[in-house]
Formats: sequence, C-alpha cells, structure tokens
Amino acid sequence: MFGIDYSFRWRSALRALPDMLSGAWVTFETAALSMIFGVIIALLLMVMRQMNNPLARGFASTWISIARNTPSLFQIYILYFGLGSFGLHVSSWFALLAGITFNNAGYLAENFRGGLKAIPDTQMRAARSLGMNAFQAYRLIVVPQLLRIVFYPLTNQMVWAVLMTSLGVIVGLNDDLTGVTQSYNVKTFRTFEYFAIAAVLYYLIAKAIVLAARLLGWRLFRY
Amino acid sequence: MFSTGFTLNDLRFMLEGAWVTLLLTFWAILLGTLVGVICGVLRALLPRATIPLAWLLDVFRSVPLLIQFVLFNSLKSIVGLNWSAFTVGCVVLGVYAAAYCTEIVRSGVLAVPLSLRRASRSLGLSYWQDLRHVVLPIATRVSFPGWLNLVLSVMKDTALVMWIGIVELLRASQTIVTRIQEPLLVLCIAGLIYYLMSWVVSRLGVQLEKRWQQND
Repeated sequence: MFGIDYSFRWRSALRALPDMLSGAWVTFETAALSMIFGVIIALLLMVMRQMNNPLARGFASTWISIARNTPSLFQIYILYFGLGSFGLHVSSWFALLAGITFNNAGYLAENFRGGLKAIPDTQMRAARSLGMNAFQAYRLIVVPQLLRIVFYPLTNQMVWAVLMTSLGVIVGLNDDLTGVTQSYNVKTFRTFEYFAIAAVLYYLIAKAIVLAARLLGWRLFRY
Repeated sequence: MFSTGFTLNDLRFMLEGAWVTLLLTFWAILLGTLVGVICGVLRALLPRATIPLAWLLDVFRSVPLLIQFVLFNSLKSIVGLNWSAFTVGCVVLGVYAAAYCTEIVRSGVLAVPLSLRRASRSLGLSYWQDLRHVVLPIATRVSFPGWLNLVLSVMKDTALVMWIGIVELLRASQTIVTRIQEPLLVLCIAGLIYYLMSWVVSRLGVQLEKRWQQND
C-alpha cells in the first residue's frame, strides 16, 4: 500500500527556478504595495473612528468588521467578479492588490487602535496647546510613537500579506510565485516538485522579512 | 424591475456549502487544539528540548495555506493514501491550526507567574497537582481569546479548500454565479453567511468569557 512508484524529477523542476524567482519578486512587490496602502488607509480609519461624525465612524467600523469577519479570498472574489456588475473589469492583479489592501487596512486599524491606547491623551492635548493643529499633532507626535508600538504586529501583517498573495492564482493571476508555479504545474504535472520549491521560496521570503524587520527595529529603536 | 435568477434551491445549495465550512472548521480545530495543547505545554515546560518542534511548526506558519493544500494533496497521491479531499482539508487545516495553537497555549502557560507556581509547590502540591489545579485554570483563561481568534481565522481559511475540489460555501456560490451570472448578489449573500457565522462564534466566546470572569 505504501509503495512509492513515483520518480522525483528535481533537476528539471529546478530549471524553472529563475522564472519562479522573478515570480517571487512580483509577490514581494505586491505584498509591499498592499502594506504601504494598508498602513495609510488604516491610519485614516483610525482617525475616522476617533471623530465625532457618526458617518465617518460608521464607515470605519463597517470596513473593519467586514475585513476581519470574511475570508480574504472572498474579498478578492468580490472585487474581481463583483465589480464586473458595475461594468468595471479589473485585472486579477489589481483585484488581488485591492483585496489584500482592504484586508490589511482592516486588521491594521484594529492594531493601531490598541496601540493608540498606549499613548497618553495628555500628549495630544499638550501638542495642541503648543499651537499645533490636529494634523500636525497626529503627524509629529502620535503617529511616530504609534508606529513604534505597532512595529511587531506590522511585521506580522507583512508576512501575512506575502502569504495572502498566493490567492491571486485562484482569480487567474499567473505572474506571481504561485501563479508561475501553477503554470509550470499544468504544463508538466510535476505538482509536488514545483510546489515544494515554491514553499521553500515562500519560507525564505517570510524569514527574510522577519530578519529585515529585526535589523530595522534594532536600528530604529535603539534609544 | 428587480428580477433575479436566484432561487431557494440555490440558497439551500449555499447553506449546504456553509455546513461543509462549519464541519471543516470543527474537525480542524479539534485536531489543532489537541495537538496544539500538547505541543504548547511541552514548549512552555521544556523550552530547550523542544526548539526543533518550534522550527517545524514555524514552517507551517510561513508557507501559504494554499501551497500546503496542494503539496499535501500531491504527497497523498505519491504515497498512495486513499484519503478523500475532505480528510486532506481537515488534516492540513488541523496542522496549520496546531502551529498557531501551540504559540497561544505556550504564552498562556508562561503567563502564569513563576512565584505562584513556587507558592503552590511549597504548599505541598505535587508537580502534576500544580499543573492541574493552578496552571491549567489560569492558562486557559489567558489563552481563550487567542484561541477564539484562531477559530475565526480557521473558519475563514477553509475557503481555500476549494482549490483541492471541496464544495464549501465560497465554491458553492461560485458555481451559482457561473449559472445565473449575478456575481454581486450571490457573493453578497455568501459574505453575509460568513459574517453571521463569525458573529455567532465570537458572541458565544464573549458569553463564555464573561461567565468565567464572574468567578474571578
């Protein structure tokens, strides 16, 4: 029953490595873009949640609860297939990027809210009484401290974003790491070899991000 | 003016998909919690000896779930195991959940202050009594919110099993979309079902947490 009559062909699979590495770069780029946009939107959502305007508060909490309570694949689906109902046909890469950004923003906004609690109210009031306007106070006083507090969750979310880009293949993306792997897979049916290489590459990307974040954190937060 | 091809039968098909989602979540969490509690306690009590275990579990957290599904599915055919796609889905999700659960349990056990454990030992409790009557109740309370988050995230991650051919909620809605060509409506209903399932689970969790806090 356990007889393995499968001959592994690692050598031919490794010939796909250059293509897969360029796919890995697309994966990293997409994840990094989604994180940049995600952080900006999350900061906006965080500020909107603090506002007195019920419309802004409702918008922010709706965004966050949808992002956190539905699968990320569903969010990508609705952007890819759902927008077509309005006559907007987006590419699978755009749907993937927008989906992950939406998801990141929701999760990060929640992290930021937790981080914001650690910054005393008095700092905001002190900044305002020194003559800063609200935007300056956020930009110069609150956000820099906040980013330091949420640095670790931010790293985690970046790794998550890299892992989430693998979902692009389900909506037909073919130039990220999983997409390239899948297109080799359908040509050769060497599923195990190709996906094992992809798994190793994903692992290395994730570890590289954690390492880079640790170095950056060490450099930034020395004092 | 508003007409739709969406019928009650379609809704039933989607609810059957949602049932598959719930079943997958249940088995994966059961497996993940059992393995995770054992590994987590070992990680907390024997931190040096179990470092290789930590590396192994870290792999499952650093590789996309989709790739894990495909890899395990092809490994299954290579080895010649005659498992259904549903079993494969449960096992992969279960191991993935176990990797996270280990960390949750480990931090829960480590949250029990060492002085408290020393106090219980000096009151004459044995090592096992200390674990059973002091560490277990405190660690459970500390870990529970994290565990609940894990349940919710596994429920959302079950959507990926469609790739290995299981018809769960999202796959069911995609099938209906292909037939009636109204993606927005169908996907919104699917989203609503996911949202409701998450809401119910987190509500139950909050209730449970409140009941435990009454005794504190």
